[in-house]
This record gives sequence, structure tokens and C-alpha cells, in this order.
Amino acid sequence: MFRFLPFVLKNSWRNRRRTLLTIVSIGVSMCLLGVIISVYHAFYLSDPTSDQALRLVTRNRISLTVALPQFYRERIKQIPGVREAMVSQWFGGSYKDARDPKNFFARFAIEPEKLFSIYGELSIPEDQKRAFEHERTACVIGRDLADKFNFHLGDRITIVGDIFPGNYEFTVRGIFDSPRRSEVLYFNREYLEQTLPEARRGNVGTFTVLVDRPENAVRIGETIDSSFHNSTVQTKTESEQAFALSFVSFLGNVKAFLLSVSAAVMFTILLVSANTMAMSVRERVREVGVLKTLGFTPGTILGLILGEAAAIALLGGFIGFLISTVLTAGVRKSPFGAFLPPVSPYDPSVAVTCVVVACLIGLLSSLLPAWGAARTPILEALRSTD
Amino acid sequence: MAVPVAYNLRNMVVRKTTTVMTALGIALTVAVLIAILALVNGLRTTLSASGDPLQVLVLRKGSESEVVSNFTRGQFQDIKFKPGIAAGKDGQPLASLELVTVINLASVDAPDGMNVTVRGLPPAGIEMRKGLRISSGRWFETGHRELVVGKSIAERFPDARIGKRLAFGRGEWDVVGVMDAGRGAQNSEIWGDLNQVSSDVQRIDVLSAALVRAIDAPAARALINDLNSDQRLNTNAMSEREYYDLQTASAAPIQFVGIFVSVIMAIGSSFAAMNTMYAAVARRAQEIGTLRVLGFSRGSILSSFFVESVLLAVLGGLLGCLLVLPLNGVTTGVGGANFSEIDFSFHVTPRIMALGVAFAVILGAFGGLFPAHNASRKEILAALRGI
Repeated sequence: MFRFLPFVLKNSWRNRRRTLLTIVSIGVSMCLLGVIISVYHAFYLSDPTSDQALRLVTRNRISLTVALPQFYRERIKQIPGVREAMVSQWFGGSYKDARDPKNFFARFAIEPEKLFSIYGELSIPEDQKRAFEHERTACVIGRDLADKFNFHLGDRITIVGDIFPGNYEFTVRGIFDSPRRSEVLYFNREYLEQTLPEARRGNVGTFTVLVDRPENAVRIGETIDSSFHNSTVQTKTESEQAFALSFVSFLGNVKAFLLSVSAAVMFTILLVSANTMAMSVRERVREVGVLKTLGFTPGTILGLILGEAAAIALLGGFIGFLISTVLTAGVRKSPFGAFLPPVSPYDPSVAVTCVVVACLIGLLSSLLPAWGAARTPILEALRSTD
Repeated sequence: MAVPVAYNLRNMVVRKTTTVMTALGIALTVAVLIAILALVNGLRTTLSASGDPLQVLVLRKGSESEVVSNFTRGQFQDIKFKPGIAAGKDGQPLASLELVTVINLASVDAPDGMNVTVRGLPPAGIEMRKGLRISSGRWFETGHRELVVGKSIAERFPDARIGKRLAFGRGEWDVVGVMDAGRGAQNSEIWGDLNQVSSDVQRIDVLSAALVRAIDAPAARALINDLNSDQRLNTNAMSEREYYDLQTASAAPIQFVGIFVSVIMAIGSSFAAMNTMYAAVARRAQEIGTLRVLGFSRGSILSSFFVESVLLAVLGGLLGCLLVLPLNGVTTGVGGANFSEIDFSFHVTPRIMALGVAFAVILGAFGGLFPAHNASRKEILAALRGI
């Protein structure tokens, strides 16, 4: 069948402007589809990273806004397979003017000596880590946060608390690097506890649990929840990935949004490609007649036209995929990146999906004109004057 | 002299397959844009219907949402008798001390659970919300473990219907009524008696916020100033309308992504329109020559093809509007300030549709410019010979 490849290519190159416009049009749409596919893949289909697969998040069964008692930590640590359990408290509050969304970043009260063993993927110089552990009002911040506000070691950051009323001042003692977007500040929970009235102490937002092996994660999660089942405060434990995904639903119905946009994009590509193929076949009715006189069977002619459409769509799809990798890298750097597992722009499954989709759309779009051309009787085709 | 528009219209009819395909491509692009705008508009409508400008929401200083705010009974007693607060049926000031908390409920489309606002409030709080009515069942009674759910909660959460029981806090609660807040965000909330709810979540003394109703608009402004400047109270007061308006920001990510998507799709469709118009120019070379012989100037040819491209785009834009109309009224949700979901519906307005058609016109103008220029540059003899 590849015997006809040069012929197919030559045909598609005959009306260069049209082919180029079609390729660009398909390429632009495909790049959008590529981004959507990779985001969808990252959200719903990707495996957790090796670090992430080891972490569970335990929260109050009622909702994240209701606290857990701190002594649960010791009981969780006794469960076989649990290597470590760290208290993590969403601090909230506001930095400068909270009404400006640019000033928003995450702040957590945590246990400094456990932070970097639980989040193994975070890297920080040893001396900064030690400085963070030894100073009560110290904090560590992610590289992205440091870059955004131009924070340096030794800077003071004042946060006005809301859930925990009062002014809190932290000294930057470390800046860590993360494979993910890291607009986050971690500080010592002891500092927070000491500022609270007696009645509010000993409460915890969530526990971050580190397990020994990824395959044990589900079982350990269930064990944690069942061991508190008859307590006054019940827990809900989920994988870190699922926990992060529950925040994505806050942006709206992301799944439906992604699916409906990609359906619209695919249909647009289909129309563009079908239009081009219909135009190009219409111009060539006579030629098809000639080919038939030369002995080409209707099947071969069908194949030739389908092949032409597929070639154009494939090229467009490939270009689109290339552009989409650039855009996907941009998505990772955007605020959404914090919710995403590290999206790899060159994910092979995304690339394959893009190419297959492009190819299918090309074939589908040319089916009708190709079928028509293949079935036109020789005489009628030769007589055609268009 | 300009070439009659009828010439373009007839041409579009003659090449109906190409016309329809190109127009449909444009229609989809416009549809995506309109859908996004309708979504954002729906949220805006819901939020602006939720807040009453006469009502003043009092939070603790430093708090921007009810759920993170801490408000003590002591603070409430201090603000309750401020001047300018309207009186209720019982002669007491219309002021409501409220507790806002969030529970996780399994919904039809999120079996893993969705965050829902639970609000505990005294009878005055219900009296103050003028736009609210019970659509079925009855209000909860003070001192009982009873709940009233918003109408979209009742639709989306199978566990939250009249006669069912919800488990949170120290036990189970009876759902006794469904409330209808029109388009308001209260449709996405669950309400119960203040003292019952606050004791269940162990926040008897530290609640979330207070809502007070002012006599009139100047009184509301004065009240806000008074509360914010009173250092002793340490509160952050704003009108309820303003509080909800600020939450429109939660639609910003979707709006941004949506407009980005529409612009990229528009680039794709305008190339497609260009393709169609180039084909039209090529096929009608002889006609163009004839028109020129008849005395139509290059300018008229240019504008004629340009107009044809725009007409094609307008057709696409109108089709796009038709495609989106069924979405009007469809309900969806987005995370709000209280760390829980606000339900709202797509709201397609004539203005949004006009914007969509205008967008299509720009797209068609861009796609038609070069082919039209190409057509106007044809030499008469070459064109007549049909090369």
C-alpha cells in the first residue's frame, strides 16, 4: 500500500495554500486538545508519583474544617506499616491585602523535624533545615513563593490570622525546591499552639501519614479509619492524590468542562478537515475518472483519498502536539500546577492519544467525499467540467 | 458601486455543504465562548441575588469569609444594640448570630463527598432573609435537631431530602423542609437551629458571624462605618451584597481558561474560514473577471468577498447561540468563599449572545481579509480565462 505514498503526498501538496491552512487550523485545535488530554490524564488517570504513593491524609470525617484531636497521632503511628505521622494544620490568614488574589498562598503549621522526611521530594540545604527546626518562629518557604515576593533568608513575613486570630510573624530560615509548584509556607506548629487559648489547643486539621510501601497504602488507610470508628471523632483517610483532587472540584465541574471542550474541539477539527477534503475531491472528479480508466479500482481510489486526509491530519496533529507540550509546561507553572501531579509534557500516552485522535478524525472526515469519488461512474467523472 | 449582497447570499446557498461546514466550525467556537460567559454570568446572578444591600455582615477583623471567622456571643451583644438596626416583629433588633460550618456529603455526581455549608441561626435570621421561602415541608423548630435544606441541595444530595436523616456532629438530624432562595446561594446551604448546631460542633461560645438588618441604605452605610471604626469590637463589617460580590472571584479560573480556549479555537476556525474563502475566490475567478468587465471596481470586489466571509461568520455565530440555548438553566457548582460549593445555573442573556456574534464577526473578518484581497487583485483577462 505504501507504493502510492508519493502519489498521496504529491496530491496533498498540490494546493499548497489550502493544505497549509488546513494543517495550521488542525494544529491549533490539536494543541488545545493536547493540553486538555494531558491535564485530564494528570488529574484522573495518572499514577501517583513514588513519593506521593506513600502518603495518606487523615481528616475529620465530617469535613476538613472540623478538627481532630492531637493524640490520634500516637494511635496512628502504632498501626503496622505507618512509618511516620505528622500534624498538619491549614493556617489560612492573610498576607497584606487579602482581597488581592495575588497575595494568596498556602500556609501550614507542621512539625519541622518531620516535614522533610515525609515530603522526601522536597530538597533543602542541611543547615537551613536545622535552623528551621531550632527556632520556634522560623518558617520555610517554597522556591516559587520566594521568587514571587522576592523573599530572602532572614526576611520577616507577617500573616494576620483569621481561623487563629492575631498577628503572626515568621522569619524565613529556609527555601526549599519542589518538583511541583511550591507557593507554600510551612512553620512550626508549636508557635501556633502557644498563642492559642487553652481550650483551642491540642486540635489538628489533618495528619499526613507516611507508609512503608505503596501497596499497603489502601489497607493502612482503612485500618486508620476503622480504628477510630467507635470514637466520638471519626476520621476519613484518603491518598494524597485523592485529597488533592477533592480541591480541584472547587474550580467547578472540571471533568465535564474538559470533556465538553474537547468534544467541541474534536468536532471542529472534523469539520475543518472534512471541508478541505470535500473541496479537494470536488476539484478532482475528472482525475478520478482518468485513474479509473488506467485501471485503479474503487478501493484503491478510496484508499488514496483517505490516505491524503490522514496525512494532513497527522501532520496537523503532530504540530499541535508539539505546541501543546509548550502550553502544558505553562500549565504546570500556573496556579493550577499546585493541584496537579507533575505533568510531564512528553507523556507517551498523551502523544499517542493525540496522534491516534488526529488520524481517526482525518479518516472519518474524508470518508464521505472519498466514498463518493470511488463510486462515481467513469463516464460521468470524465464528463465533469469542474 | 458595491456588488449586491444578494450575490453573496446566493453563492452561500449554492455552496451549501462548504457553507454549513465552515459555519458550524465557527458556531462551535462561538458556542464555547458563550457557554463560558453564561457560566460566569450565572454565578454573578446567583451571588448578586444572595446579598441584600440593607443587610450588614459582621466578621472578625482579618476574616474574609464566614467559615474562617470567629465571633463571640459577647461581641454580638455589643453590636446588637447599635443605632440604625431595624426591629423585627417581636420588637427586638433584627440581628442574627450565626455559625457556619462545612460538612462533607455524598452527592449524585460526587460519591466521595462534596463540601456543603451548614448554617446555624436563630429565628431572627430567617425573618431577615426576605427573599426566602419554604417550598415544601416546614421550618426547623428551635431546640430540635431539625434541618432545612436549600432546593439545590435537595436535588443533588440523595441523603438530604425531607424525611431523611443526616449524620454529623453528635448524631443524626431530621430533614424537615426545603427552602427556595430564588437564584440565591442559600439554595446550596443547610440550615438548623443555632444552639443545636453550635453545641454539636463544640463551638457554643465562639461562633462565626453576625448579620444585622439596617433600617435603610444610609443607615446601613453608617452602621458599617461605625462597626469598622470601633477598635474595641475588632470587627470587619460589610454589606451582604458586597460580601457575595467579592466571591465572584471564584469564577476567575474558569473564565480565564474558557476565554483562552475560545481564542485558540477562534484562531483555528478563522484559518478554516480563510480556506473556504480562498476556495470560493478560486472557483469564481471567471465571475470576478465578469464583474470587473461590468465595471465593478477592485474595491467593490474586495468588500464583496469580505462581506461574504463576515456573513458566513454571522451565520456561524447565530448557530452557536442556538447550540448554547439548551444550556440555559442547567445547574452546576463552584467552590465559594466558605470552602463549600455554590450551585448556580448557566444564564444566557441577549447581551452574551450579541458578544458571541460579534466575536464571530471578528473571526470572519480576519479569515476573509486575505482571500478578498486576493480576489480584488486578479487581472481581468487572467480571471476571465479561468486560471
